Amino acid sequence: MYDTPNTERDVDQKEIKIEARGVQVFYGTTHAIKDVDVDIEDKTVTAFIGPSGCGKSTFLRCLNRMNDTIDICRVEGKIEIDGDDIYDKRVDPVQLRAKVGMVFQKPNPFPKSIYDNIAYGPRIHGLAKTKADLDEIVEKSLRRGAIWDEVKDRLHAPGTGLSGGQQQRLCIARAVATEPEVLLMDEPCSALDPIATAQVEELIDELRENYSVVIVTHSMQQAARVSQKTAFFHLGNLVEFGETGKIFTNPEDSRTESYITGRIG
Amino acid sequence: MTDASMDNAAEGARRTISLYADDDLTRKRNAAEKRFQAYGIAAIAAGLFFLIVLLVSIVGSGVGAFQQTFITVPVYLDEAKLDKNGNRDVEDIKKVSTFGYNPLIEQAVFDKVTENGIATPLAKRGDMKALLSASAAAQVRDTVIANPDLIGQTVEFRILASSRVDGYLKGRVKREDVERDKNIDAEHLDLVDAFVASGVIQKQFNVDFILGADASESRPEQAGIGVAMLGSFFMMIVVLLLSLPIGVAASIYLEEFAPQNRWTDMIEVNISNLAAVPSIVFGILGLAVFIQFAHLPQSAPLVGGLVLTLMTLPTIIISTRASLKAVPPSIRDAALGVGASKMQAVFHHVLPLAMPGILTGTIIGLAQALGETAPLLLIGMVGYIATNYPGGIAEGFLSPNSAMPAQIYEWAKRADPAYYERAWGGIIILLVFLLTMNIIAIILRRRFERRW
Repeated sequence: MYDTPNTERDVDQKEIKIEARGVQVFYGTTHAIKDVDVDIEDKTVTAFIGPSGCGKSTFLRCLNRMNDTIDICRVEGKIEIDGDDIYDKRVDPVQLRAKVGMVFQKPNPFPKSIYDNIAYGPRIHGLAKTKADLDEIVEKSLRRGAIWDEVKDRLHAPGTGLSGGQQQRLCIARAVATEPEVLLMDEPCSALDPIATAQVEELIDELRENYSVVIVTHSMQQAARVSQKTAFFHLGNLVEFGETGKIFTNPEDSRTESYITGRIG
Repeated sequence: MTDASMDNAAEGARRTISLYADDDLTRKRNAAEKRFQAYGIAAIAAGLFFLIVLLVSIVGSGVGAFQQTFITVPVYLDEAKLDKNGNRDVEDIKKVSTFGYNPLIEQAVFDKVTENGIATPLAKRGDMKALLSASAAAQVRDTVIANPDLIGQTVEFRILASSRVDGYLKGRVKREDVERDKNIDAEHLDLVDAFVASGVIQKQFNVDFILGADASESRPEQAGIGVAMLGSFFMMIVVLLLSLPIGVAASIYLEEFAPQNRWTDMIEVNISNLAAVPSIVFGILGLAVFIQFAHLPQSAPLVGGLVLTLMTLPTIIISTRASLKAVPPSIRDAALGVGASKMQAVFHHVLPLAMPGILTGTIIGLAQALGETAPLLLIGMVGYIATNYPGGIAEGFLSPNSAMPAQIYEWAKRADPAYYERAWGGIIILLVFLLTMNIIAIILRRRFERRW
């Protein structure tokens, strides 16, 4: 996959999974996200890039309402997933988060066994009726997380005992165990070494078959490698959004070009 | 300006400094470091010294309370005196008061004098009274009432010696002091010496000190801390049952759910302040609210427990919040990220991780409450209250009782020097309890500690 020239990457027109219109985010008096419109397609990897503090993680966290946990954070505008406004009063953020899974910057397995890490989500959402169902979900999720072969013999060992890369893949497996439709990844490789990074990137590419993946990354190479669509954020604005190949080879905005060529950031 | 001088120094005086020789600054720094370490070591040494002095003096003064002087004599339970009707009816036997038993016991001791051929100017049976505890008659009477068939037989009794005899054997009562003592005189001490030589009087381990009830001012030899221990136990149950759930629930709410605003800030500040409020303030609050307003029984462990709960709550809340804070936020994110509700995230993930800290804080709070005296003074859990074991669980909570530290205070306050020793003995028992609780806290922390 790394050899494929960006321009030749296939980008079919797919249905739009998440539609954000006029999103504004305030932290107290700070205006963190300014009027962002973006369409995230199904079965596509969308990368958010931009310098530190540009709001890309904040925006990502709006997509599954993780910002709700911050008291001073206020979100305006409209974000629709499959046509449902996720900030509608009737939406329970808990249900939303089961549908929009999230993987965090630092691998954060629960201090429990590998099995329980995966089984926790399905358990609280009642996805498994029997122990056998649960076992099946755990195996399927671990396979999807591309970590099954490494841990199948020690499912009851603590998840915190794995290496960093394995932990992160465990977290990805945990996120897919609840059968989400969208997977949000907040710099999933920033705490990993290059080999683990490569494994996770490969996994992200595989996940594209089933999910809509949104990934925030600091590494432009990574964005170029794994994504089909790229959004460039700068100072809270969405500067440019388009096909990854185009953003990296022929950006429209001068700021994007400056960032990509390393002049700002 | 500084730049210029530095340049000059660099150009003019660049000399090679040997790494083997310290320059002035380094020497000063090293000396300062050594000095600081010396202060630290001196402080710790002083602390250890005082700790050792404290422990030695406590154990030295208190260990005597665990031994008691007993007189072992065969008492003839005369039927003519104890059961005139001869029908062994318990009601009839109960009519004979302890005064009926005293002559029998004194006679028994007096018989020992002749039996061992001890030469003493104490030629009357009644002279033996000074050797015996005032509780002796009651002890024999209780045994007879429990088992009337003993009447008419000669039964061997282990009877408490009077506190003067006990003090003489423990070195507390000295021969030169007895001249001014109306309770005992030199002839009696001679007799005691003779009895010790013949094995009638012996010092033995005293279970009743640990398990028994308090006694009146005049019979320190009989006093025990057992009932006060039960009082403390029932109080601790009240404290644990109330302060743990309330404290943990309050901390979880404040830490995980409450919005950050002026109200919660104020509550937070006030909880910290409450932790620093003198305990006697809680005592008078308890007196006003629980006894005078709510009309709960005075001197009851239930009230004591309620007051101590108020006192323990801030400790538990502060330590629980600290341990909740110490759980990394990434765990909460992880739980919320897979679609757990806030409550599920807290109860499934955060709370188990915070458990060792919560338990440690709770046990330390309980230990603090166990050693608390001042609030108990105000709700009447002090003084000569409990003479007997509570008759059941409900009575344990509601009948007047004391608590270990209050009992110790009470003993230390009493006039008879024999009580002084018991106060120290009580302190040993209290310290053993506190030490045990702290060890439990450490074990729990070790056991539940998990890394993440």
